[in-house]
Amino acid sequence: MTSRKTELLVGIFVAITIAATLLLALQVANKGVSGSSETYTVFAKFDNIGGLKARSSVKVGGVVVGRVSRIYLDDKELIPVVQMEISMDYINTFPETSSVSILTAGLLGEQYVGLQPGFIFPGEDPIFLEQDSFVVDTKSALVLEDLIGQFLFSRDSSS
Amino acid sequence: MNVFVNLGATTLHKLQAIGNASLMLWGALFAVPRLKNIPLTIYQIYVLGVQSLLIIIVSGLFIGMVMALQGYTILVNYGAEGSLGPMVALSLLRELGPVVTALLFAGRAGSALTAEIGLMKATEQLSSLEMMAVDPLRRVIAPRFWAGMISMPMLAIIFSAVGILGGHVVGVDWLGVDAGSYWSIMQATVEWEADVLNGVIKSVVFGLVVLWIALYKGYSAIPTSEGISKATTETVVVSSLTILGLDFVLTALMFGVN
Repeated sequence: MTSRKTELLVGIFVAITIAATLLLALQVANKGVSGSSETYTVFAKFDNIGGLKARSSVKVGGVVVGRVSRIYLDDKELIPVVQMEISMDYINTFPETSSVSILTAGLLGEQYVGLQPGFIFPGEDPIFLEQDSFVVDTKSALVLEDLIGQFLFSRDSSS
Repeated sequence: MNVFVNLGATTLHKLQAIGNASLMLWGALFAVPRLKNIPLTIYQIYVLGVQSLLIIIVSGLFIGMVMALQGYTILVNYGAEGSLGPMVALSLLRELGPVVTALLFAGRAGSALTAEIGLMKATEQLSSLEMMAVDPLRRVIAPRFWAGMISMPMLAIIFSAVGILGGHVVGVDWLGVDAGSYWSIMQATVEWEADVLNGVIKSVVFGLVVLWIALYKGYSAIPTSEGISKATTETVVVSSLTILGLDFVLTALMFGVN
């Protein structure tokens, strides 16, 4: 039958498991911080999204402010639309004139959306990005093949 | 002609064994709601879980350390040593955690279970229980089964966590990968549902397989010293092969290209 010592050791076993689960949840998967906060949705149309994927991060000067929630093709214009969830902490922060571009972290790193806050003209009432607004000014991902093609084409025409 | 007779007999024998094993699993599964069996189950968690803890922690630590060492030597060539964190974490959570834990569990706990139950059968303890109108499935098999099912995912979680910490020791403290990038790129890459929970599901499935095989092999062992040793060997061999085969199927279902 179970003695006091056995129960104590099983209790320690359970405690270690809970500690390990907490480590995995908070430190490894970062569950607590990213999943719980409220977000608002912003859309952007790109010509080419390159290797961007759902759950890629949206960064402003390196600070993660949101995540890409969905990427789909606009059924009329047939160009990719990126749907982003921006944290509610940053509502009424980015002017409507902000621009987004698809950037790469390092040479081989993963791709993310870089948000460049736009100007607020002094004296005017600023209009901010809000729920379901579209970011108009977008820069597509850098596709290496296109770049090489352009380079070859420009060299060909100049000679 | 004899070949066909043997083939048929073997097939029927195997089918009968599968049926027998399924009936035993059925009996063990539905023997839960007995309040007085809970102390028995806790004692079995001690035997199967707590006593396996040391081997799990030590091997988790060393596997994490080796992965960091091996990964670093390759990643540093591309200047991508920041990706060491996600590499160690993902391979531990998705594959090595559940699989290596299940293999160790089969060797450490599964073989002991088979030997214990086989010896109980050989010394006619199971028959005496039946004589006393105590169902051995309920009294002997079910507590061990449920204790194992509880312990196995716990051990796999501990294994992964210790392995990631071991990778941190080698990668960050010894080889000089930036601690911030080790954790932050890991956090950006690892997902709770897709990676951590799928790994736990894997370990539950492996736990079921190991326990089922171990308990059945013990329960159906030929009650001689030779039969018990054969059953113990078969437990380790069959459950290891089943784990590795099932791992491929589960990986294809969970992480495969859609």
